Parts: sequence; structure tokens; C-alpha cells
Amino acid sequence: MIEVKNLTKSYGNFVAVKGISFKAERGQILGFLGPNGAGKTTTMRIITGFMPATSGTVEIDGLDIFTNSLEARRRIGYLPETPPLYSDMRVESYLRFVAKLRGVKRSAVDGAVDHVVTVCGLTEMANRICGQLSKGYRQRVGVAQALIHDPPVLVLDEPTIGLDPRQIHEIRELIRGLSGERTIVLSTHILPEVSQICDKVVIINDGRVVLEEKITEIPAGTSLEEVFLHAIAREGHVEGASPEETLEEVGAGHSGQQTPPENQ
Amino acid sequence: MRNTFTIAGKELQGYFVQPVAYVVLTVFLLLGGWFFFAMLRQFDEMVQLIQMMGQADQLKEMNLNTRVIDPLLHDLSIVLVIVMPALTMRVFAEEKRTGTYELLLTAPVRTGEIVAGKFLAAASFTLIMVALAWIFPLILMIFGDPEVGVMFAGYLGLALLALSFVAVGLFTSSLTQNQIVAAISSFGMLILLYVISWPAEAGGGMVSSVLSYLSLPEHFSTMTRGVIDTTDIVFFLSVIVLALFLTQRSVESARWR
Ligand SMILES: Nc1ncnc2c1ncn2[C@@H]1O[C@H](COP(=O)(O)OP(=O)(O)OP(=O)(O)O)[C@@H](O)[C@H]1O
Ligand SMILES: [Mg+2]
Repeated sequence: MIEVKNLTKSYGNFVAVKGISFKAERGQILGFLGPNGAGKTTTMRIITGFMPATSGTVEIDGLDIFTNSLEARRRIGYLPETPPLYSDMRVESYLRFVAKLRGVKRSAVDGAVDHVVTVCGLTEMANRICGQLSKGYRQRVGVAQALIHDPPVLVLDEPTIGLDPRQIHEIRELIRGLSGERTIVLSTHILPEVSQICDKVVIINDGRVVLEEKITEIPAGTSLEEVFLHAIAREGHVEGASPEETLEEVGAGHSGQQTPPENQ
Repeated sequence: MRNTFTIAGKELQGYFVQPVAYVVLTVFLLLGGWFFFAMLRQFDEMVQLIQMMGQADQLKEMNLNTRVIDPLLHDLSIVLVIVMPALTMRVFAEEKRTGTYELLLTAPVRTGEIVAGKFLAAASFTLIMVALAWIFPLILMIFGDPEVGVMFAGYLGLALLALSFVAVGLFTSSLTQNQIVAAISSFGMLILLYVISWPAEAGGGMVSSVLSYLSLPEHFSTMTRGVIDTTDIVFFLSVIVLALFLTQRSVESARWR
């Protein structure tokens, strides 16, 4: 479970996150959306304990990321916006290093590395130097390192960016298959991805939550794209508006109309 | 503890695949070799001069330890002031720039363990470097008869000096994501520790004794003369511990509100 309460973050005078709250339950995949610069990466960095919030709290399975940081961090697998690769290490020794760093038992390290290498399609690249990988493969190694310790909580910042269509499909399937007992938060700009694999969607704009909704509760016949565009267009009078209103408006505007097909 | 070794192992491997470390090592040994050669020539010339003049008593005073090894160690210490910042500049700065810092700080690892691991690796590489510089005393031992104890004290001094430089370098690297800034600030700090006693020579009293206590060459010279004194060892260890403490604080400060 991830519970974010009234999170704010200022960079000097600039307030990037302005009181975000949302909750991802165990077993849920939460799609975290928002236009460029909305504050997704900033929020995820706070959730994973990389940087402190200016105010507000984050709880990971009930553990506060600020006051109980080490224990909370133990439970998280994190793919940052830029895959955190050491450019002069080989893929396999890099994954081995992350496994040990993440507290995988010595005897289990080999197994863990083999597993993520297989599921992330890295078998042929295992002996390559990270700095020489193509963008897509760097991304795959990034996903692999996030999964390596089989964490109960996963935070993935744009996991499918830069991947080829087949790999996008595979990684999506992988994430969907992972959910089960886990809590997953992923950010993305690919809206169909959210409809396909997420249980819940949170849309933020300019540092504020403008929509938090279960996918199943989005009215049939309304595409996520419409919901998204509508939600972020409401900027200015967001404060008073409840996310439900957004949905109603979008729903009303399109009653009787044909839904545009969701492009794959 | 395990985390410290995990990080140290990965870092140490890094030194052996990176050109910077090899360049540092090569420059250190080549310049060392050049100084050694120059010092030996000088020594040889003086011995011949004294022999020509037939002054046997002066010949006894010609000593390999004070005429060759002592000045060589001082020259090597200056080379270290210049090359050590290059060795340590990337340690934190590069991770910040490339984003691997995010991996490191979100892992269930204490900042103390990160700093200890990185210091352990840089220190090991540095000690290998200083150990390789034993080639010069070994050459003297084959062809001459220097005092081994004195040389040992001198090299212990050089090692402690180099480790202090490593600790200072880690500190400046932890302050920035720019490697050049890290290198130049650590260079500046090392030079300052070198010249800090200069005003002391003019004045007297408290200030001057404090300044000369803080001076690196002051403590180092005692050791190159063959004296192993606890005050000097304590001094170097304090510099190392203080710099590492500041590094830990600086890394930890990323987590402060
Ligand atoms: N280190 C920083 N210093 C100052 N401002 C920052 C810093 N990092 C991010 N910002 C600002 O905070 C805001 C939110 O950035 P963030 O990276 O969280 O956006 P995002 O939602 O992840 O965007 P994208 O979709 O482009 O990845 C942006 O306006 C950005 O310029
Ligand atoms: Mg982002």
C-alpha cells in the first residue's frame, strides 16, 4: 500500500507539488498521469525516499518514508525517470550489484539475476557494457533492477518509454502479472496503457490532483484521453471541483456520440 | 557492513576499468621515477666531488635516506596534491550527474555505509599506488645501504597523507554534481592545508602554534625523517575522520527537510 497525504515540494521559490493526496491499495496498479512538468517524477522521488517532501507524508505499507526510511525503502523497487545504470559495468554484474544492495541473500543473488534477465529479455545483452546499450535496452535493464529483489511495492517512472512495440507489450504483461499481492504505481504518457493494465488512475496537473478514479468507474463510452484532456483543462477552478464532476461533464458531453476508438 | 563491502567492491572494480585511475597511477610513478633519477644523479655527483677533494669525514655524512628518499617523498607528496583530486572527483559527482545517485539513495543502505564503501575503495587503490612506489627504496636497497626503518616511517607518512587527500576529495565530490568543481575545490583545500603554516613563521603565540599544528607538511616531515610519533598519526587520522564525517553529513543532507 502507498498512501500519500498532502504532499508539497518546493524547489527554492518554485512549488512543484502543491498538496497531493492519493492512495494505492495492495494488489492495485495505479496509473499516475499528468502533462509534462506536472510533478509526477517529483512525487515519485519523494515516495521512494530519494528526496524529502517540503510537507506532507508518504506511507509505504504503513511505514513512513521519512521517519522510518530504511524499513520503508526495503519494500520498494524503483525505476527512476533515467535508468540508473553505471556506464562502465556489464549488465550482469550491474544487476548482481543492485541485488546485493537491495538486500537479496547471497545464495539467492544468482537466481534473482537470472530471473530478471529472462523476464526482461536481456539474455543476449547480459555481457554487454551498460554504457553501450541502446536506449530501449537501458530501459529494460532499469526495469530489471527495479524487480530484482521481488519488492512488494513498485514505483515505475515511465517504464515503457523507448521500448519497441513487442517489448512494450511484454513489459505491460509483466507488470500486469506482477500485481497480485503487490502495490504498483507507474507514470506514463501512453493513455491506452493505463486502460489496459491499471486498476486506478490519478491525474495531476500543475502539482495538484485533478482526478482520482477507479478505471471501472470511468463511464463506458468515455475514452481516457477525453477524461485526461478535460481534467487538465479545468485548471484554475480545480480547487472547488471534485473529480466526479469532471467525469460527469465528460460523460454528458458525449452522450449519444460515438466514442472515438482507442488507438493502440 | 555487508553493504559497505558491496559498494567498495563495485567501486574498486570501477577504478580498474577507468582511464582516470590509470592515468593518475602512471603520472604518479613516472614523475616519481624522474625525481628519483634526478636525486640519485645529484647524490652521485656530490659523492664524486667529495671524493675528489679527499674529505673522508664528509663522505660519511652522505646518506641515502636524507639525500634521496626524504626529498623524493616530499616531491611525491606534491604530485599527490595534484593527482588525488582527479582520482576522487567523480566518486559522488558522477553519480549525481548520471542519476545512479537515485539508485544509491533509495536502496536500503545507510549513508554512512555508502561513504565508508566509497572511501574503502578509493583508499585501497591509493594504498596500491603508494605500495608500488616502494620500487624506489627497493632499488636503493639493491645497490646501496639505506636505513629501512626510516624509509618505512616515511612511506607510512606518505600513505597517511594520501588517505587524508582521499577523504578531503570525497568530501568535495559529495558537494557538487560537477566533477571539475569537485576537483578544483579539493585541490584548493589540499594546497591550503599545505601552506597554512606560512603565516605562523612570522607571528608567534597561540595562533601560530595552531596554524603549524594544522599544517600537513609539518607532520609529514617528521615522518620522512624517520620519526613515528603518535601526534602525527593522530593528526592524519583526525583529518580523515573529520572529512569523512563531513562527507556523511553532506550525503545525508539530501534527506533533510
Ligand atoms: N531539481 C529541480 N530544481 C528545480 N525545479 C525542478 C527540479 N526538478 C523538477 N523541477 C520542476 O518541477 C516541476 C515538476 O517536474 P517533474 O519532473 O516532477 O515533472 P513530470 O510530471 O515528471 O514531467 P514529465 O512528464 O516531463 O516527466 C517542473 O516544472 C520542473 O521544472
Ligand atoms: Mg517525469
